[in-house]
Amino acid sequence: MLYDEDQMSVLKKAVEEETAKTQEKLQKRPERKEVFTTGSGEPVKRYYTPLDNASMDYMDDLGLPGEYPYTRGVQPTMYRGKLWTMRMYAGFATAEESNRRYKFLVEQGSSGLSVAFDLPTQIGYDSDHPLAEGEVGKVGVAIDSLADMERLFDGIPLDKVSTSMTINAPAAVLLAMYIAVAEKQGVSAEQLRGTIQNDILKEYIARGTYIFPTEPSMRLITDIFEYCSQNVPKWNTISISGYHIREAGSTAAQEVGFTLADGIAYVEAALKAGLHIDDFAPRLSFFFNAHNDLLEEVSKYRAARRLWARIMKDRFKAQDPRSMQLKFHTQTGGSTLTAQQPDNNIVRVTVQTLAAVLGGTQSLHTNSRDEALALPTEDSVRIALRTQQIVANESGVTEVIDPLAGSYYIEAKTSEIEEAAMKYIEKIDALGGAAKAIDTGYIQQEIMDAAYAYQKSVESGERIVVGMNKYQIEEASPKGLLRVDPAVGEMQKNQLESLKSNRDNARVKETLSALHTACEGTENVMPLILDAVKAYATLGEICDVMRDVFGEYKQTVNL
Amino acid sequence: MERPIRVLVAKPGLDGHDRGAKVIARALRDAGMEVIYTGLRQTPEQIANAAIQEDVDCVAMSILSGAHNTLLPKVVHLLKEEGADDILVIGGGVIPDEDIPGLKEEGIQAVFTPGTPTQVTVDFIKSHVTPRA
Amino acid sequence: MDVKAKLLEGNKRAAARIITWIESGDPRGYECLKDLYAHAGHAYVIGITGPPGAGKSTLTDQLVKRIRKTGKKVSIIAVDPTSPFTGGAILGDRIRMNDLTSDAGVFIRSMGARGYLGGISEATAPAIKVLDIMGSDVIIVETVGVGQSEIDIVKHADTTVMVTVPGLGDDIQTIKAGIMEIGDVFVVNKADRDGAKRTVLELEAMLDFNGESPWRPPVLQAIAQQGKGIEVLIEAIEKHEQFLRESGVFEAHRRRNIKSEILELIKKAVMIRVNDHSETEQMLDAYVDQIAAHEQNPFTAAEQIMAHIQFK
Repeated sequence: MLYDEDQMSVLKKAVEEETAKTQEKLQKRPERKEVFTTGSGEPVKRYYTPLDNASMDYMDDLGLPGEYPYTRGVQPTMYRGKLWTMRMYAGFATAEESNRRYKFLVEQGSSGLSVAFDLPTQIGYDSDHPLAEGEVGKVGVAIDSLADMERLFDGIPLDKVSTSMTINAPAAVLLAMYIAVAEKQGVSAEQLRGTIQNDILKEYIARGTYIFPTEPSMRLITDIFEYCSQNVPKWNTISISGYHIREAGSTAAQEVGFTLADGIAYVEAALKAGLHIDDFAPRLSFFFNAHNDLLEEVSKYRAARRLWARIMKDRFKAQDPRSMQLKFHTQTGGSTLTAQQPDNNIVRVTVQTLAAVLGGTQSLHTNSRDEALALPTEDSVRIALRTQQIVANESGVTEVIDPLAGSYYIEAKTSEIEEAAMKYIEKIDALGGAAKAIDTGYIQQEIMDAAYAYQKSVESGERIVVGMNKYQIEEASPKGLLRVDPAVGEMQKNQLESLKSNRDNARVKETLSALHTACEGTENVMPLILDAVKAYATLGEICDVMRDVFGEYKQTVNL
Repeated sequence: MERPIRVLVAKPGLDGHDRGAKVIARALRDAGMEVIYTGLRQTPEQIANAAIQEDVDCVAMSILSGAHNTLLPKVVHLLKEEGADDILVIGGGVIPDEDIPGLKEEGIQAVFTPGTPTQVTVDFIKSHVTPRA
Repeated sequence: MDVKAKLLEGNKRAAARIITWIESGDPRGYECLKDLYAHAGHAYVIGITGPPGAGKSTLTDQLVKRIRKTGKKVSIIAVDPTSPFTGGAILGDRIRMNDLTSDAGVFIRSMGARGYLGGISEATAPAIKVLDIMGSDVIIVETVGVGQSEIDIVKHADTTVMVTVPGLGDDIQTIKAGIMEIGDVFVVNKADRDGAKRTVLELEAMLDFNGESPWRPPVLQAIAQQGKGIEVLIEAIEKHEQFLRESGVFEAHRRRNIKSEILELIKKAVMIRVNDHSETEQMLDAYVDQIAAHEQNPFTAAEQIMAHIQFK
């Protein structure tokens, strides 16, 4: 117990008296609103006291930084030891163009790369596929084969940078390409540091770039876990993502609950595949959103850390402390940006940056002000990066660990989110786990209900979004947005054609047919994908082999 | 018997961000319309085929991938080829202002960008659909 | 060229528009059917029904893909519930039939039930006729996911497939209560789930209990999502068709269906007269007053109103 019982009863009486008095005053002069709510629509009280944390036990519930249950952070020194990785998600058009942007970011002080792939790449289609029409190079860089990957990382020493790749359904293929590029640079797989997103469940739930059905997808994921634990030991093999769940409209508690439920599903799949918990769990990483409600968000990260530690320890009997440490990347919330008065977004991103940092993030991407309109320009990206650098170097919040701990509100909110998230996890367990819960549409429907409620609250004016439903101005169309050269599609197609006529096609065929056999069986497919990649088989060719064996996923939509 | 307005809500292209499409689908339903929701990854051909078979009054497409200039006009052209140019075609999503005049010229009659209240879309559809002859 | 000629040519837009007319009560809809009715009767009609979440759309998608391999033209009518409050609806069955949208030999129409009970909409039966005239070889009607016994699809389908899934528990009880009579083929979908075998056994036991009947519905298992069990389902439907035709039940069914169609139309016509006629409405109001004042009874009132309509 954190608080003395006698003091608590004195406090209780005081609060009761104060509440009664204030109620009277409120009759005459009511507050601004009848009900105050968080960004997620949860009710907030006028103030919080130790009474709201009556059952809290300091060592059990908070612990010290770097100690179980890691509520206060996963490292004992946090940002005093090392600042978070400032990792700006970027990529568009061709490999050459994206390569230039990466070099620009590194020059500007970005400490890690984060690769955005275009949609055809994310869905395992080459740039010449009919469905790729109009999409090549639009939301990220187009990668058709190892040749593109070589251009993408040209002149970037892969033993020096850590690279995060937002790739899911074909994650195994892009990771294989990365390993192959490193090899050509003379960098061994053991030296590679970085992350693949590799989180297929949230694709089914919220992001939509799935290819294969659940079961073979889970197998690909566990194959990667196994392969990396032996060959690429410093690689984070998955980034279990709440980001997109939140973007789809979930509440903060849903973001934690659904993401950790996905995490549980991956752990169970890996255990079922015969892996040992402490062999792969330390390489699991997470990815959360940062919305505008600063205090709710800080509580969210703390709740997620505590809950994951408990799940790993109690449910999965992990022994290695690293298995219990929830490490996460954060991206500021894309859906919180407004197309109206876009410069206001800089302020939103600043608040969100503070939330992520006060919440103890390990790495951060800050969105650019123009992202509700188009891909960001270099100028906008610089401001976004500078926002992180200002918070890191000028705000002072980095000098002390978990400075909001002990706030009656923050601690109460942390517990509240943890409990609500746990309820979602229990419900999902009852449905047979995350995969089944997605199959029934339960998770999607919960998120959609929250999204629709949010939309209604904005339209009714109950929730104010500055510049959008209040404080609007007449404004001219924004100028100077980044446009992807429409010729990119043609360029990729031509390169693909010349690649196919210049490579050893017999070797390609051979590696693809070996992969086909492996997919039909149970052996780890990673080495075979690596062979195919090195033979310059294209991403589309490799994914077609897997489509042939595995089939394709069909989404469940409950409206 | 009064027939509700029928709207096809479609996601052309490959992007999987369907929050907007789903929110608008719900809003149209709550405004008393019949919404046919197609799900993700629709080709222009699939959208046009569905619009004709469902004999909808309006096709509403949501796209965030940047492929709007390629895909949206194609739907209009395909509908025209089938003689179905009485169908109201509208779009929404992350679409830069400077692209909107071009899209309108191609026959996309309205483009709703982020932040548009759903009621605006509802009202636009109600006042612009052609009565079925 | 007019819309009727186009429909006979198999034009989808014509079919779509005529169905719209029927749905909105535009007299041109029934005019078309009157003129072209002789061209109907070729299509084989399959009803797919079962509780929500049983995987009806996925099963339909798979079924149609297999049927399409034989070259037959297929039309699908997918019915979803309408909100009783707003009259709006979200019809989402196409999501599961995405690939079929690109197939020129497939026509899909989604319908809101629009307050009509029994798992289909009022326009479903005439729409079947329109698609029949258009030249469909097979028409599949996927009903609203209902749990009650009032499944109207049997009146319009040659073969009704009842889809269920393991672990619905109480739904088995509902099935017992009446749906057992309407399935010609039973499918336990998602058969890789726990309890599939038990569900099959329960269904078998109930069907056995149902007593002697010349057609004993088979109970099949399927995993529609993986395309498993579809061949067997097609075989079962074909077997049922063969049984219907050889036993003469096919003819009897169709005659029964025609009869019920006429009766339905009469019922509808009468109700339209009662509802639309201002004079009958006045009579109705007057009788309500009298009955409320204990001066009259509803039986006499109904007789009087009917007599009045007949005089017209």
